[in-house]
Parts: sequence; C-alpha cells; structure tokens
Amino acid sequence: MVLVIAEQRDGKLNRASWEPIIAAQGLGGPVKVALLGQGLEAAAAELAAAKVDEVVRVEHASLEAYTADGFVQALAAFIAAEAPAHVFFTHTYQTRDFAPALAARLDRALITDVVAAKPHGDGLAFTRPMFQAKVVADVVAEGPAPHLVSFQIGAFKVDALVRGDTAAPVRAVDAAVDPAAIRQRPEAPFQEAKQAVDLSQAERIVSVGRGIKAPEHLEMAKELAAALQAELAASRPICDAGWLPMDRQIGSSGQTVAPKLYLALGISGAIQHVVGMKGSRTIVAINKDPEAPIFEIADYGITGDLFEVVPAIITALKA
Amino acid sequence: MKIAVCIKQVVGREWQLRLSDDKTWIRDQDASFELNEPDAYALEAALRLKEQHGGEVVVCSAGPSRVVQALREALARGADRAIHVEDGALASADAFVVAGALAAALRDEHFDLVLTGLQSDDQGFGQVGVVLAERLGLAHSTITMDVAVEDGGLRVKRELEGGWFQWIRLPLPALLTIQSGINQLRYATLKGIMAAKKKEIRSVAAPADLAARQRIVSLYFPEKSKQTRMIAGAPDEAAKELVRVLREEARVF
Ligand SMILES: Cc1cc2nc3c(=O)[nH]c(=O)nc-3n(C[C@H](O)[C@H](O)[C@H](O)COP(=O)(O)OP(=O)(O)OC[C@H]3O[C@@H](n4cnc5c(N)ncnc54)[C@H](O)[C@@H]3O)c2cc1C
Ligand SMILES: Nc1ncnc2c1ncn2[C@@H]1O[C@H](COP(=O)(O)O)[C@@H](O)[C@H]1O
Repeated sequence: MVLVIAEQRDGKLNRASWEPIIAAQGLGGPVKVALLGQGLEAAAAELAAAKVDEVVRVEHASLEAYTADGFVQALAAFIAAEAPAHVFFTHTYQTRDFAPALAARLDRALITDVVAAKPHGDGLAFTRPMFQAKVVADVVAEGPAPHLVSFQIGAFKVDALVRGDTAAPVRAVDAAVDPAAIRQRPEAPFQEAKQAVDLSQAERIVSVGRGIKAPEHLEMAKELAAALQAELAASRPICDAGWLPMDRQIGSSGQTVAPKLYLALGISGAIQHVVGMKGSRTIVAINKDPEAPIFEIADYGITGDLFEVVPAIITALKA
Repeated sequence: MKIAVCIKQVVGREWQLRLSDDKTWIRDQDASFELNEPDAYALEAALRLKEQHGGEVVVCSAGPSRVVQALREALARGADRAIHVEDGALASADAFVVAGALAAALRDEHFDLVLTGLQSDDQGFGQVGVVLAERLGLAHSTITMDVAVEDGGLRVKRELEGGWFQWIRLPLPALLTIQSGINQLRYATLKGIMAAKKKEIRSVAAPADLAARQRIVSLYFPEKSKQTRMIAGAPDEAAKELVRVLREEARVF
C-alpha cells in the first residue's frame, strides 16, 4: 500500500497534493491518502473524488497550525499503525520542514525531490535531479519499509489524476500528539509589505541570472528591457546579493509570471526558478552552457556569451 | 552563545561535470570546489549572532581532506575553530550517514545553536540539517530568513512559498537551516586570513557503523524533452534571427 500525505492550510487543499496521488495510482496497488490538521471535512471530501482506497483525516486540536514536532509525532504513530510500503509527499516547504525528521525518527529512507518512479529489480527506483539539475540520478531506498518519497512539484500533470466512479470512503482518526512535546510556536503566516511591482501583469519580461556577473552589467539588461518594453526581473541570487529588490524575484519563493515573452539571460534553470515562469508563452534562453537546464523549457535558445549577444539584440531591435 | 555551523564543500558552479566510469558518481579529481552557497549565509548568520550576544562559532565539515580548504575560508571570515570529520567516503554518502557523522562530532560539545544550509548544491537532499536536529534531539526550523534571540529562546522567520513568511518561536538548544539571502555576506580580509592560520582545525573520525538509507544506482545527463529551437551563428546574426522569429513567428511584440 502507498500512503500519500496530502497538504492543506486553513482547510484548503494544496493543489500540488494531487501529484503524489497520481504517482501512487501509477504503481497499480492500493492507495490511501491522509490529511493532517483540524476541521478537514471539506478538503477530505475533495480528495475522496480521486480513485483511492481510503481518505483518512488525522485530526488533533494541536495540529490546527502546522508544526514540525506535531506532524512528526502524529505521522510516526499513524505510519506505524498503517504499515505502508511507501509514503509519498509533495516536496513543498512544509514537507522539507518535517519529513527528514520523521524519516530519522522512524529510521527509514527518505528520497527527496523525485520526478519519476520506475521498476528496478523487485522494487522501485526513484529519479531525482542532482548537481543543480545538471545530472539525473536513479536512486533506490535501503533498509526496511516504509520508504518515504517526496515528489517535485510539477513532476506530474494534475489532469492525469484518475477519478473514482464513487467517492472514496473517508475515515477520521485521533492523532497521537502530546502537545507538551511540540517545541515550535508558530505565528500567523504573512506577506511582506505590498509589492511595488506586479510582474504577473507584465507582457514581456527580461530576467537576469548570475551569468550577469556584476551589478554594473544590469544596465545592459535594462537597456534590452527598454527596447522590448519589458519589465526587468531576476533569479534569486541576484536579489539575494541586493542587486535588484526582492519583488523582482521570479520563482517558488518569489513571483509567478506568465508573460508573452520571458527572456532569460544567464539563468541556469533551477526548478525553483522554473516553477515561477514556465507558464510563459514564449521562453527565450541565452546561456553560454549548451547543457544548461533552462534550454529544456525554452522555445528559442542561443548558446553564447550574453555580453556579446545582448548588445547585438539591442542593435537588431533598433534596426 | 555557542554556535556550530555545518558547511559543505561542493563542486564549483562553472565546472563542467563529468561522470565516473561506473556512472554512480562524478569524476571530480580535477574539479574546482567552493563553499555551498546557503552554508556561507549560515556562517554569516552565526558570526552576526556572536557579535551581538558573544560566544563562539565552530565550523564543522564532513568529507575528504580537501574540505579543510572550506574550513580555512570559514576561519578566515571569523569562525573561531573548526572540526573536520575526515573520511573520503563522506563526499558521496547519503544524508543519514552524513548527519550521523556530524552528530557524532558535535554531540559532546552541547551547542546552544546549530546552523546548516537548507540544501546542498550537489546532492540536494535538503535533509542533513533536519536529520541532524533529530539525532541531537534539538528543536528545529527550516528555510530561515531571520533570527532573533528573545527571552532565552529564538524567534525565527521562516520562508513559505510564493512570498509568504511566518515567525516561529523555538526554545534553545535548536537547529536552524538557513536560506540564501538571509543577510549580506562578508568576505575574508587579509587580517582574517593571517589569523586563521593560528586557529584550530580538529580532525575526528566518522563512526564506523552508520547505515545508508539510499543508494544511487545510476547517474546520467537529462534527456531533452522539449523541442527548443537553437539559433546558431555569430552573435549579431543570431540576434537578428532571434528578433525576426520573435516578431514574425512568436509575435510577442
Ligand atoms: C527552497 C528554495 C527556494 C528557492 N527559490 C528560488 C526562487 O524563488 N527563485 C530563483 O530564481 N531561485 C530560487 N532558488 C535557488 C535556485 O535553486 C537556484 O540556485 C537559482 O535559481 C540559480 O540562479 P541562476 O540561474 O541565476 O544562477 P546559476 O545557477 O549560477 O546559473 C548561472 C547561469 O549563467 C550562465 N552564464 C554564466 N556566464 C554567462 C555568460 N557570460 N553568458 C551567458 N550565460 C552565462 C551559466 O552557464 C549558468 O547556467 C531557491 C532554492 C531553494 C532551495
Ligand atoms: N558533508 C557535510 N559536511 C558538513 N555539512 C554538511 C555536509 N553535507 C550537508 N551538510 C549541511 O547540510 C545542509 C543540507 O545538505 P543536504 O541535505 O545535502 O541538502 C548543507 O547546506 C550543509 O549545511
């Protein structure tokens, strides 16, 4: 049996939770889905539309706000009771926060950031990127089951979900949590002060990555942006270094955009960047490394030195 | 405050990756190495906490002899001393083995705070810090973007997806995984580099009985799935052609 741990916040299901369910359905065996928190009727009913054997609400007052300690305790006990062969998660920031501690407490394998599962001998191998997605690894779990696996967001298309003819049964269990053993005291989530620029509305975006090398070279990118009537954006390291303000950052921790044109200059194409821009209609990548992962998702690519190519584009646009 | 920072040395970003003959690891004999990016931010966060609250910053790295270079760099930036868990096999070991090795090296020192990066640029498990917290029995929080010491505990800002954040209170001792961009990095000064020469780098062995929980069976370059139209030619020709296709085919302006 595969046990999928779905994710919710304030009773609202995280859409990315469908993806490990699809992964589990693809293996052909029984699938159960568990959701942790408090007041989960609506989210559980939504999950029950999938063709799965059961949906379980693992509830406790002290799971209402997420904490790593609360989730590790509740899941350690629940997994021990259910004895699944695999436990699947989505590789969200929440999963990153508790799953390694859970795996350590259970002393079971955890394979993270997985994009595919495939047969290997009698069991499964899991495919995951390594070295900043420059290479891919097939990895097998060692040691006894259950094996924990977290899937990269976007690894499966949500429309591949198999729905059931009737709703799956929903069961509620009381989570085994000792509130006194929860050490984290979370406050309410918040957004930083309203962003000065809303890049989600931009028609064209010129985005710079670490390939730009130094802040003084941003002028060249600005000139290109002006010639294209585009907004300027960046990958995380550029904003981390303070070369551009944080509200120009594209990616999982920044803005999500879908312009007509996304022109990536010296951006490698890490998944955390790509999730924020892959919906763009036309993606152009300029990168000196022909193997850069950004070319995987680009419609047009130029392999070359951006310091030569960008001035040439500016000239060509003005001609 | 007695603070440990776990730092990893990873292959340089610009290094052209090559696979080992058995295709389960890379051939890194001729690679350049650098400090894993979030770990540099973790070190900076530790140095700032020491400046505010006093105490000691100890850097720890598990790996072959080359990682001493990363430890020296950290000492030059201001760490007080270093622990090297010396073992060639740790360069490609899984997260459980590395966390086990680090736990054995750190346990008896009873640190108030342990900092790690949130993820390594090579293996990218995103696990070693959190597994280490569990092994040491420490409260933890991840993807940290701010750290304040308050009422004998910590108040930390955790990054959530899509520009959201959350403050979390934690008791000490604790472990935090640090996100890139939490602060602005300092670089080593000449004075720092000279001072580092006199600082201690203690070498310890890794426990022999650490069990791996995952194994790489094969490593390969990704297959291209999307049809990317590569525009060849000298920069000015390629640029002209790009502008043409964007105007006439993609119609983006
Ligand atoms: C939890 C988490 C959240 C994250 N959130 C985000 C996020 O929201 N947004 C984000 O962007 N990243 C995010 N990251 C970081 C992400 O993983 C990558 O590290 C980052 O996107 C890399 O940025 P980059 O492509 O600019 O730099 P690099 O990966 O260093 O790539 C630089 C590229 O420039 C090319 N280049 C160098 N010189 C030239 C030249 N002269 N001409 C042409 N090309 C050149 C190189 O070939 C290389 O491909 C996150 C990471 C984590 C772990
Ligand atoms: N060999 C190592 N030595 C010291 N610290 C490490 C080592 N491997 C990982 N770490 C720490 O754990 C963090 C997460 O690594 P990982 O789990 O590999 O993504 C890194 O940012 C480092 O701070």
